[in-house]
Amino acid sequence: MTGLRYVYAVCRPFGAPLQAQLAGVAGDPPRLLTHHGLVAVVSHVPEADFAEEPFHAHLEDLDWLTTVARAHQGVIDALTTVTTPLPLRLGTVFRDDSGVRTMVEAREESFLRTLARLDGRVEWGVKVFVEAEQTPGPAAAPSPRKPASGRDYLRQRRMETKSHDDLWQRAEAFSTHLHETLSGCAEDSRLHAPQNPTLSGASGRNVLNAAYLVPRAESEKFVETVERTRDGAPGIRVELTGPWAAYSFAGEESVAGEEGA
Amino acid sequence: MTVVERREIALVDLLDRLLAGGVVITGDLTLRIADVDLVRIDLNALISSVNANVPSPFEELR
Repeated sequence: MTGLRYVYAVCRPFGAPLQAQLAGVAGDPPRLLTHHGLVAVVSHVPEADFAEEPFHAHLEDLDWLTTVARAHQGVIDALTTVTTPLPLRLGTVFRDDSGVRTMVEAREESFLRTLARLDGRVEWGVKVFVEAEQTPGPAAAPSPRKPASGRDYLRQRRMETKSHDDLWQRAEAFSTHLHETLSGCAEDSRLHAPQNPTLSGASGRNVLNAAYLVPRAESEKFVETVERTRDGAPGIRVELTGPWAAYSFAGEESVAGEEGA
Repeated sequence: MTVVERREIALVDLLDRLLAGGVVITGDLTLRIADVDLVRIDLNALISSVNANVPSPFEELR
């Protein structure tokens, strides 16, 4: 099969084989392309879907994006069981194997440095949500006249707003404290933008969306810490995801920008 | 409510990592960084188009 090369990750050489039935983003099983002491994990993808233009068009198709994202994650997950992969961003595509080799060669040093930094570490995701009020959603009828008097309405509204503000303040304090605590148990942390509830389908408003880099060996302790802080905060919900490959920590720390490839 | 390892990963959590994380490589046929930022914008457009059809589950409190 010809086509373009989709690269999932770069790793150090590892002994174990990849799962046999692993399918890549376009159904083509990923293979290992070894170059200069590094391994690029690559599969063939059709140009009709993955060349720059069609790829961009596809990105607006949530179903397509979902399929590709899950396949990409499937490969990274499989790699995580045998090594510590350095994941590349979704949609990293090259014309052919030699393009991949050139890229690996140009960035060898930085890959090795980052792989050393991430070796044996995983990423945990922690999110804090402020639970939605118990309002039964948008008023059923196109809301003709409110029954209560104007003054009652305003008073009610003020109280709602006040308890809402209190909850937000508590949530903010809670999140700050949680982030400090967890940063203390982690080697590094990143703050992601709060998630849009429409896309996440999660109830409540997302106020903290953080990622923590934790050595595998200390993961259990980290998870316990999250579990402990979870109690005793009414109206506030904590969610934990992971372990992930260190996606959020794959970028250069703050090394001067080298224009690779 | 415990560790969600076995639950299907939420798409948003995945996209936070796949579109905002990972090593960004420029050159050859890969998307340039500016293009990757566009991905976020496209996604926002997508979200707002979803919004138009799906009523917000929350009443806006001002």
